[in-house]
Amino acid sequence: MVKIIVLVAAYLIFAPIVGGLLAGIDRVITARMQGRVGPPVIQPFYDVFKLMEKEAVTVNKTQDFYVMCFLIFIVITGCLFFAGQNLLLIIFSLTLASVFLVIAAYSSNSPYSQIGAERELLQAMAYEPMVLITAVAFFLYTGSFEVSAILAYEKMAILPLLGIFLGYLFILTIKFRKSPFDLSMSHHGHQELVKGLTTEISGKSLALIEIAHWYENIFLLGFIFLFFANGTQTGIIVGVIVCLAAYFLEIFIDNNFARMKWQFALNSSWVVAAALGFANLAVLYVPVILSTMIGITG
Amino acid sequence: MSYITKSPWIIHYDGSSCNGCDIEVLACLTPMYDVERFGIINTGNPKHADIFLVTGSINEQNKEVVRQIYEQMPSPKVVVAVGICANSGGIFKECYNILGGVDKVIPVDVYVPGCAARPEAIIDGVVKGLSVLAEKRSAKATVAPDAAAAAEPDELEVPVEPGEANGADKGGA
Ligand code: SF4
Repeated sequence: MVKIIVLVAAYLIFAPIVGGLLAGIDRVITARMQGRVGPPVIQPFYDVFKLMEKEAVTVNKTQDFYVMCFLIFIVITGCLFFAGQNLLLIIFSLTLASVFLVIAAYSSNSPYSQIGAERELLQAMAYEPMVLITAVAFFLYTGSFEVSAILAYEKMAILPLLGIFLGYLFILTIKFRKSPFDLSMSHHGHQELVKGLTTEISGKSLALIEIAHWYENIFLLGFIFLFFANGTQTGIIVGVIVCLAAYFLEIFIDNNFARMKWQFALNSSWVVAAALGFANLAVLYVPVILSTMIGITG
Repeated sequence: MSYITKSPWIIHYDGSSCNGCDIEVLACLTPMYDVERFGIINTGNPKHADIFLVTGSINEQNKEVVRQIYEQMPSPKVVVAVGICANSGGIFKECYNILGGVDKVIPVDVYVPGCAARPEAIIDGVVKGLSVLAEKRSAKATVAPDAAAAAEPDELEVPVEPGEANGADKGGA
């Protein structure tokens, strides 16, 4: 119990700090890849503090409420995860959080923000199947949906779940809002469709969205960690290293791809979910089927 | 301490111009000058912007656009007029449709001269704008909330030249 409280408290306090630093490192690495010097590493914190200082301009009061709900549910999702709760519950509360973000964008009449909201829904359609398959695969492999049980399982899940892992990496690009899938909003100063979801959101609310993203990113990297946890120190070290490597990979992809159309995002992620996800699930089922057959014959 | 000087986000609008200054503004984003070093981001959205960078002069058709963008920016905000066209109308000053510099429709805080203004000069102007931003920010923080509105004359009174611009306004209304 104490361990759970410590983990959740650590998540609440350190996730925004680490998430913000990762975002800063992202911007520096991106700048270096483009031959620029780039901003200071703590630039994302400056941005958020700056946004907090700005005048509150909002198109309607409910929008701020929805943005607040988005942040709260992202934080709850992360807390459930770090408390070792049920993976399905975690995924549903993550979905609820993104629905609040979509509603926040829909609540204004600006066409830009509405298009952003529509694209966010399409993105949710794109990544959701793979996320669910990931949870199911963990269940098939470890026999439990509980994060704490998955963490304590004595064998690393990465090799038997390799296809799932690659599929999850694929949709991570969508979740991190990186090119080629930064359709609904982007972290860069792009001009296209202005800023999608956040077009009408400014000042404090925008700062809350940023903070929510930091929380969300840490939690999403936690998912990667699950593939490597085997209850030992080695598992933890390998897991953290792979999380960082995955983050770097996403930055690399971000800088090397142009934005794709939403049709490509949707089709490709479903193809990936079917090819890698389902194939991997089928492989996991083989021993189950074999053992039942042996049970019947013997 | 104010964080606004550490993370100024810019919105750029190009009025009646030869596009020379426009290109120089974009040159500031290139690896050669890299304004992101100062945390500057070129946003496309007035609601996210702190600094309004205007190149080119104001004409009858874009004056509403410029005013709109300015009004949509949440305060504190500053306006930087880049290039002679934006300062006074420049070589287009005598054209029949030109009202003049940006200060004909919105209050300008920093004037960056040059035709075209060099990227160094533009960055210099933006950095100068940062100190104005910090001043506006601290003025807002020290003044009581209801008095704050009165203390910010920028937002209420729009300097219009009595002759031409006023007449144009009346004509429009
Ligand atoms: S100031 Fe000169 S370079 Fe700049 S827009 Fe005007 S004419 Fe072109």
